Amino acid sequence: MPAIEVRELVVRYGSLVAVDRLSFTAEAGELVALLGPNGAGKTSTVETLEGYRRASGGSVRVLGLDPVAQHGALTPRIGVMLQAGGVYPGMRVMEALRLFASYYDNPLDVDELLSTVGLTSVARTVWRRLSGGEQQRLSLALALIGRPAVAFLDEPTAGIDPAGRQVVRTIVRSLRDSGVCVLLTTHDLEDAQRLADRVLIIDHGRLVAGGTPAELMTASAGDEIRFGAPSGLDVASLGTRVGAVVEEVMPGEYRVAAAAAPATVAALTAWLAEQDLPLADLRAGRQTLEDVFLRLTGPSV
Amino acid sequence: MRALAAQSRAELVLTLRRGESVLLTLVIPILLLVFFSTVDILPKPVGVQESVDFLAPGILALAVMSTAMVGLGIATGFERQYGVLKRLGSTPLGRPRLLGAKTNSIIAVEVLQVAILVAVAIALGWDPLHTSIGAAVAAIVLGTVAFAGLGLLMAGTLRGEVVLAAANGLYILLLLLGGMIVPLGKLPAVIRPIARALPAGALSDALHHSLGGGHVSGSAYWFVLIAWAVAAPVAAALTFRWE
Repeated sequence: MPAIEVRELVVRYGSLVAVDRLSFTAEAGELVALLGPNGAGKTSTVETLEGYRRASGGSVRVLGLDPVAQHGALTPRIGVMLQAGGVYPGMRVMEALRLFASYYDNPLDVDELLSTVGLTSVARTVWRRLSGGEQQRLSLALALIGRPAVAFLDEPTAGIDPAGRQVVRTIVRSLRDSGVCVLLTTHDLEDAQRLADRVLIIDHGRLVAGGTPAELMTASAGDEIRFGAPSGLDVASLGTRVGAVVEEVMPGEYRVAAAAAPATVAALTAWLAEQDLPLADLRAGRQTLEDVFLRLTGPSV
Repeated sequence: MRALAAQSRAELVLTLRRGESVLLTLVIPILLLVFFSTVDILPKPVGVQESVDFLAPGILALAVMSTAMVGLGIATGFERQYGVLKRLGSTPLGRPRLLGAKTNSIIAVEVLQVAILVAVAIALGWDPLHTSIGAAVAAIVLGTVAFAGLGLLMAGTLRGEVVLAAANGLYILLLLLGGMIVPLGKLPAVIRPIARALPAGALSDALHHSLGGGHVSGSAYWFVLIAWAVAAPVAAALTFRWE
């Protein structure tokens, strides 16, 4: 039995379709990242799994349970980190941890957890006086305190400084290593690339690509060349020269829809040289996750 | 049990830690009681000799209103806005225990308020003209339920800042129209029936009837109080949005 099972999920708000027949599973000990632009349906999907909303169609199961109908049986076994807030503004860090610990049968040790997330020095500070990063780390700690079997982390590194980000990533990794199923939503590509065993790219409520970060990055390798050069090049003229369609995907960033054959690359650089244009960078073959992401979720040309 | 106890304690600690909440639930009622008992400028109902005899039951009604409606409403409104209620929804705490904890916290604050206010009133020479503790407790319970319903009705539908403004505005309005410091009988004849139909007027009538300090005729206030104690929580339950 998978820890998370989403089958043909549809989430509608009135006439708006937020999630459109999405299917995926995640296993214990697996870290899956839902990646997508704002409004792609990530949060709607996660909130359905957490039992906050009903599926308009299809079905979801977490640890084999229906998150709405069997909410009471599920809550002791999941940990939730919301995108923002979630803690009494006037409550001290230590008090929040002790309170949440009281909800669970076998919670983590509060002092130990406090030092794991690096909040020992602000243990007596109230929530609203914490920095954004400290608030995020407290939210993460509150998600972990009940020793969940499944953790839902919504944008866990948003608004955190680089050092804090490292702390969060280390915790999330060790969580996965201890056998927890972690579902992470993010639009931070670096998070997805560094942390996830599997990345699911969602756009307009649909799954547009899925696989390990390495698979995604090489999936469409070889069928395009990317290069950076001054903006506003005559792409039609260049296209004729290299024998493939050339697009300016964003100002100064170009895509040539052709395999990175040496002859094509030579034609490209020759054309630039004739016009005395500088070449900022040239990439072919293995793409970054960002390339994959932008190509799949960017505005359709 | 452990979760309920911890949640109740947390709700109470947070309430007592909020300065504006202590101001509204304890400082203002005590100030009004002491000031108007010693400075004899307010009208008294017919047959009442000492101001404190009328004021003590009225200020107890004010205390109930401040805790159950204003304090609960504002706190819950901000908890909703900050996503606290939403976050608790995915913990094993559950809504019944959350409501139970809020109830426990309100009871604890009210016990504290009654103890302090009664002590202050007695020090000021309060002599309950006739006392029916049972009726007074029943009135306080019904009033608490009615006002908590109103507080949650606001908290579940409005933004935190709006609840803050609305609850404080209602506090002043009902303080003046609720027979708490100004006897209902002294209000203009046009306003009087409206004031008696409001939960504040009904609660202070019930407390004046059971603790003395002004003759209250009939028992219509019990029906008004019960009606509010049913209608307000039902309206809150039907309209409450958790996020």
